[in-house]
Amino acid sequence: MRGWLPFEWIAAIRFLRDGWMQTIFILAGVSMGVAVIVFMSALLTGIQANFLNRVLSAQAHLVLLPPDEVARPLRAAEGVIQDAVVQRPSQRIRSIDQWQTVLRQMRDMPEIAVATPVAAGGALAVRGEASRSITLTGVEPEGYFRIVKLPASIVAGQPRLTSEGIVIGTDLAVELGVGVGDKLRVTTARGRDATLTVTGLFDLGNRGVNERSTFVALRTAQSLLGLTGGVTSLQVTLHDPYAAEILARLAHGMTGIRADSWIRTNLQFFTAVNAQQTSNTVIRLSVGLSVALGIASVLVVSVVQRSREIGILRAMGARRGQILRVFLIQGGVLGLLGSLIGSAAGVGALVAWHASVRQADGSPLFPLMIQPQLFVIAAVVAALTGVLAAMAPALRAARLDPVEAIRG
Amino acid sequence: MADALAPSEPEVLRLDGVRKSFGVGTPREVEVLHGIDLVLRRGEFCALIGPSGSGKSTMLNLIGLLDRPTAGALFIEGRDTRDMDDAALTQLRGRSIGFVFQHHHLIGAFTAAENVMMPLLLDRNRPDAAMRRGAEALLDRVGLLPWMDSRVGNLSGGQQQRVAIARALAMSPALVLADEPTGNLDTKSADGVFDLLREMNRTSRTTFLIVTHDPRLAQRCDRVIEVVDGRIVADDAVPMPRRISTS
Ligand SMILES: Nc1ncnc2c1ncn2[C@@H]1O[C@H](COP(=O)(O)OP(=O)(O)OP(=O)(O)O)[C@@H](O)[C@H]1O
Ligand SMILES: [Mg+2]
Repeated sequence: MRGWLPFEWIAAIRFLRDGWMQTIFILAGVSMGVAVIVFMSALLTGIQANFLNRVLSAQAHLVLLPPDEVARPLRAAEGVIQDAVVQRPSQRIRSIDQWQTVLRQMRDMPEIAVATPVAAGGALAVRGEASRSITLTGVEPEGYFRIVKLPASIVAGQPRLTSEGIVIGTDLAVELGVGVGDKLRVTTARGRDATLTVTGLFDLGNRGVNERSTFVALRTAQSLLGLTGGVTSLQVTLHDPYAAEILARLAHGMTGIRADSWIRTNLQFFTAVNAQQTSNTVIRLSVGLSVALGIASVLVVSVVQRSREIGILRAMGARRGQILRVFLIQGGVLGLLGSLIGSAAGVGALVAWHASVRQADGSPLFPLMIQPQLFVIAAVVAALTGVLAAMAPALRAARLDPVEAIRG
Repeated sequence: MADALAPSEPEVLRLDGVRKSFGVGTPREVEVLHGIDLVLRRGEFCALIGPSGSGKSTMLNLIGLLDRPTAGALFIEGRDTRDMDDAALTQLRGRSIGFVFQHHHLIGAFTAAENVMMPLLLDRNRPDAAMRRGAEALLDRVGLLPWMDSRVGNLSGGQQQRVAIARALAMSPALVLADEPTGNLDTKSADGVFDLLREMNRTSRTTFLIVTHDPRLAQRCDRVIEVVDGRIVADDAVPMPRRISTS
């Protein structure tokens, strides 16, 4: 008996050691439950983070666009509609009014990391007999490349955007049969055209993007698309991507122009994440409940087995509170020990799984994200669950009639 | 022999018209003790005898504050227990009363020394070196020093009962209650345990009340109290009109 432990702890630990078979079985059960929760939570966090990382590293969090052109019924006079049949007008390429002012306003907001103008529109890339329709994106590299990490995806040439240069995807290069240094003719619906030199090839990991996307200097795109000084969108990233929806509303209120957040554009993903989180919560709760029931049933059996000893302790002057705490502590210790073993097992399984499961290209399926606070939370929650689960058996023990217990 | 005790010795226990019924408020209500009056003084060594079912254990449970009388008053060392709550009864029990049961009733998860320390540990809540030295001294007195650190499950029945006696004395209680302490032992061990109780009584002046079915052992007590059908029918210390023999 160590001097620093009070009676309740000494007795709780002795009882657990004395009934070591029960203790080992219930510890195994609690550990497995906690291991499943730790493994599952870390895996889901990793996969989600991976997805978000991909989306967020290749996409603006906020895109400011000119408003849709809205058709109005033709009116002859106040209140008299002459022709009620309204067709949605085809959306021409239009510039954002006063975009420099809007851009300055955006850059002044502390929440915003990068704001950069883009002039984009459809065009045709022609090389000899071959032609492909492309999206011509005119950008200011110093800003835009901080949103879309194009330089990191360059496989040949340079991500440099000169006034006569163009950076295209690897798939488009194959289809048109061009390489770095070759020339392309780009024509637009406005009837303008220019001959540009391929300065770099990128591979953004997506065939559609590699076929269609092309990047040129902002001025080049402006003149080809007939925007003279205008831009079609402002691309914005935020320090906190999850504030995008709020800032979209804020930006709309400030500037009056349309603001789309990445959250809205990826609504499907968030629906999926929510569904996953719901099922995750349901699994956690059921595992937690079965852990609690397991602890409770082991302690109920232990109270019955020890009822005579409990009666003796009461006869020797044990207070009801002392008996109560002996069993509450047993529950808490079982939960805590189980969560420590279970966390270790869960992390072990996660590391093994992470090492063995690879994507086709050999990169890991998910980043290994092990948050220490997960274990602290697991330990605290498991210990509390154990104490709560021990409540009923402990009360039963504390209320035992010593006369009955001793005679029994 | 009770006359040898000076009447000035302080009262350790007083029962005034104590009654006990079981199943109160049910059709099976039955009164088991019908008005017990009893006084035990310091240093007395008493046997409580009587036929099976006469109410001896019931009386011991009331005296030991494990149960409450249905009527009457019970004083431990002069303190009225009628208005005490469970916590107060528990504390009084822990400090003033020691128990020795028939089935030795030790806590199996602990060693002999730890079992002896238990009443002190329960009272003070933290073990200390003095507690351990006290347990050592007591185990030495019952001749079990070499087994001090053995789990009690590994001891013989007689040895376990000696540990229980040492434990009953750990708090230096005023009163030790023993319910058939030798009932489970062979004659030789029974004599040994009884001698030990006797010796403890002599050296520590602790009052003993021992339930026994063994007339041989009862003869060796200073005072014999006989209970039949929930009434005291004979008591060496009190002249009785008539004596009913039961053994
Ligand atoms: N909890 C209870 N409920 C109902 N009746 C009880 C209860 N406890 C004891 N009794 C009854 O009270 C009477 C006295 O019982 P008690 O155990 O005190 O006798 P005893 O003198 O100790 O007998 P023994 O020598 O066999 O141990 C018996 O008739 C018994 O059936
Ligand atoms: Mg009895």
